[in-house]
Amino acid sequence: MQKTLKRYFSIFVLPTLIAFSFAFIIPFVMGVYLSFCEFKTITNATFVGFENYIKIFADKDFINAFLFTIRFAVVSIATINLFAFALALALTRRIKGTNLFRTVFFMPNLIGGIILGYIWQQMINAILLRYETTLVANANYGFWGLIILMNWQLIGYMMIIYIAGLQNVPTELMEAAQIDGATGWQTLLKVKIPMVMPSITICLFLTVSNSFKLFDQNLALTAGAPSKKTAMLALDIYNTFYGRSGYEGVGQAKAVLFFIVVAVIALSQLVLTRRREVEQ
Amino acid sequence: MKKRFASLLLCATFVTTLLAGCGSGDNNSAAESTQQSGAANTTEATETAGGEQSNAASGQVYYLNFKPEVDGVWQELARKYTEETGVPVKVVTAASGTYEQTLMSEIANAQAPTLFQINGPIGYSNWSEYCLDLKDTELYSWLIDKDLAVAGADGGVYGIPYVVEGYGIIYNDSIMQKYFALKDAEVTSIEQINNFEILEEVVEDMQERKEELGIEGVFASTSLTPGEDWRWHTHLANIPISYEYADKNITDTDALEFTYADNFENIFDLYIENSITAPGLLGSKSVDDSMAEFALGKVAMVQNGNWAWSQISGVEGNVVQEQDVKFLPIYTGMEGEESQGLCIGTENFFSVNSQASSEDQQATIAFVEWLFSSETGKAAVTNKLGFIAPFNTFTDEEKPMDPLAQEVIRYMNDETKESVIWNFTSFPSQQFKDDFGSALLEYAAGSLEWDAVEALVIERWAAEKAAAQ
Repeated sequence: MQKTLKRYFSIFVLPTLIAFSFAFIIPFVMGVYLSFCEFKTITNATFVGFENYIKIFADKDFINAFLFTIRFAVVSIATINLFAFALALALTRRIKGTNLFRTVFFMPNLIGGIILGYIWQQMINAILLRYETTLVANANYGFWGLIILMNWQLIGYMMIIYIAGLQNVPTELMEAAQIDGATGWQTLLKVKIPMVMPSITICLFLTVSNSFKLFDQNLALTAGAPSKKTAMLALDIYNTFYGRSGYEGVGQAKAVLFFIVVAVIALSQLVLTRRREVEQ
Repeated sequence: MKKRFASLLLCATFVTTLLAGCGSGDNNSAAESTQQSGAANTTEATETAGGEQSNAASGQVYYLNFKPEVDGVWQELARKYTEETGVPVKVVTAASGTYEQTLMSEIANAQAPTLFQINGPIGYSNWSEYCLDLKDTELYSWLIDKDLAVAGADGGVYGIPYVVEGYGIIYNDSIMQKYFALKDAEVTSIEQINNFEILEEVVEDMQERKEELGIEGVFASTSLTPGEDWRWHTHLANIPISYEYADKNITDTDALEFTYADNFENIFDLYIENSITAPGLLGSKSVDDSMAEFALGKVAMVQNGNWAWSQISGVEGNVVQEQDVKFLPIYTGMEGEESQGLCIGTENFFSVNSQASSEDQQATIAFVEWLFSSETGKAAVTNKLGFIAPFNTFTDEEKPMDPLAQEVIRYMNDETKESVIWNFTSFPSQQFKDDFGSALLEYAAGSLEWDAVEALVIERWAAEKAAAQ
C-alpha cells in the first residue's frame, strides 16, 4: 500500500500542483521579476535593476506604514489571543448554552472584511458624533478602531481552536493534578497551557500573519486617513502601485520586501513556539 | 530512499516542464497576437476603401465610464446603439475616485477598454502609450475650439474633450429671496453679492438667522471623506492657482508658490464655519450627502458644477424648484473679482485605446461619432447626460435645458464676466490632490494649522512634479 502510494505520488499531487502554480508560483515569480522593472501595465515592462528598491527607502510613507503595522500587530496579537483563550476557558466549563455562545462568538468571522470595516466605521462614527469628531480626524482613533474591529472578527475563530485544544487535554492529567492538590491557577499554567501549545502555535501564526497582511478592514475603515497615518503595509503597497503613475515597480518592490518580512517573522514565530510544544 | 529520490526528481521535472511550458506558451501567444494584429492591420487597410461600415460592425466597444452618477444613462445608450447597429457596446463604470486604478487593471486585460478618458495633459503623459491619434477622425473636425484637445509633442491629437462644464456656488433662490425680504438684511438682491466681503457678511448673517430662514446651515457639508474631497483639493484650489498662473502668465509650473493661499483659506473657512455640519464631522460626509442636503432645502448653498443637477433632481423628496437653482461665482477676496465668472472648462477627454485591435478602434470611433451626430445620440447627450457638447454638430436648440447648464451658458455669454479656466488639469498627480485633501481634513478637524496646510501644498506640488519627470 505504502509503495503504491509512493509510486503514484507525483500523479496525485499534480492537479493541486498545477492549480498552485497558476494561482501562486507563476504570479509570484512574475511579481519578483516585475519588482526590478519599470512598467505601466504588467505586459510592457522594462528592466531597471535595483532602482525600485532604492526608492522604497526614500519613501516616508512606507516607513510610517511599517511602524504602524508593527504597533498594530503587537497590540492585536496580544489582545486577540488573550481574549480568545479566556473565552475558550469559559466556554469549556459546561455552562448552559455553551453551543449558542460559541456560535455567536464565531459569527463575525463569517462576514467579509470590507463590510465589517464599513459597519464599524458607521458605529464608531455614531459614537464619536457626540464629541463632534470622526474616526478619520485623529490617527489614534483609527488605530484603536482597527484593533477593536480585528478583535471582534478574529476572537471567535481563535476561540474555536483553543476550545478544541482544551477539550483534548487528557482527563487523567486533570484528575492527577486535582488529587495532588493543584489550585486552579496551577492547573492552568502547569497542565492546560503546556497541553494546548499546538493550538497556541496555530493561533499565534494566524494572528501574526493576519495582522501583517491586513488590507480590507484597513481600506474600509479609514483608508489610511488622516494623511496616510493609519495606512498599513498592504494598503501602502496598493496605494503606491495604483496611486502614483510611474511607481508601479516601486509598489511591486515593496510587495516583495513585505513578503520577506512577513515570512521571516511568521516562520521564526513557528520555530519558537514549536519548541515549547510537549508530546502527549 | 532511492524511490523517494526518484519521485522527487519526477516531481521536479513536472514543475520545470510546467513552468517552461507556460513560459514558452506565453511567448508564443504574445507573438501570435502581434502577428494577428499586424495581419488585421493590413486587411483593415485594404478594407477601409471598401467599407468602413462592415469593418466597424465586426469590432466591439468597451467604454470605461468615469462618472458613477450617469452610469444608467450610458448603459441605456449602449443598449440603443447595439439595437441600431448590432455592434456590442459594453459600459463599465469605475467607482467614485477609483478611475485610474480601474483603468490600470482593466487595460492590462485581454478585453481591454477601447474607449476611456484622460483628464488632460497629465493624464495623457500617464497613458500616452495607450492613446490613439484621433487627428483624422470626424469627431476632431467637429470640435469647435481645437485648442481644447490634448495634443501630443508630435502634433497628434490624443484626447478630445466631449463636454464643457462649469462650477461655482449653487444657491437656492427661494431661500435667498426669503433672506432678502428679512428686516435689515445685509443685501437685498443677489446681484449685490459680487465679492468675497459681501458674500461673507451675507453668509454669516444668514447662518445666525437660520431658524428664521428655515434652514440648518448656509453651506452644505464640505465633504472631506477621502475620495469625496475633489470639490476642494481640485475645484476650489483651481481659483487661487489660476490667479497665480495669470499673474505669472504661465499655464503650468514645477514650483508653485501658492501666492493666494489666504484666499483659499478665506472661502474654505467660510464653508466649514457656516455649514450644516460641525467642522469636526466633515470627514464622514460624501458629495452625495451635501447634494441631498441642498435638494432637501436644508441648506442654501453648495459648491459644485452643472453635472450635479442630476443628483439634485434625483434625490427622493427634493423640495428645490427647478427655477430656483442658480449659480454664483466663487469669490475668494481677490482684487477685481467683481467681474469673475464661473470656472468653465473640461477635464473629460475621450481617448481610444491604441493597443486595441483596429476593428475595435474603428467601432469605437464610430460609436463616439454616432453619439455626437445622430439624433438619438445628441438627444441623450443634451437631455440625459446634460452635456454642453463642444462640437459644431449641435445647434443652439440642442443645449441642455437643465437649470445649471442654462446658468453656465448664461455666464459664458455674459460679456461682463470673465470665466476662470480649469487649470487643475496641470495639477501634478492624484497623489498631490489626495495629500492636499487629507491636510484639509486635518485642518477642519483642528489638528493642523493653516500654515502647515499651505506649506504641505507647496512641498507636495514640487515633490510630485519632480516624481513625474
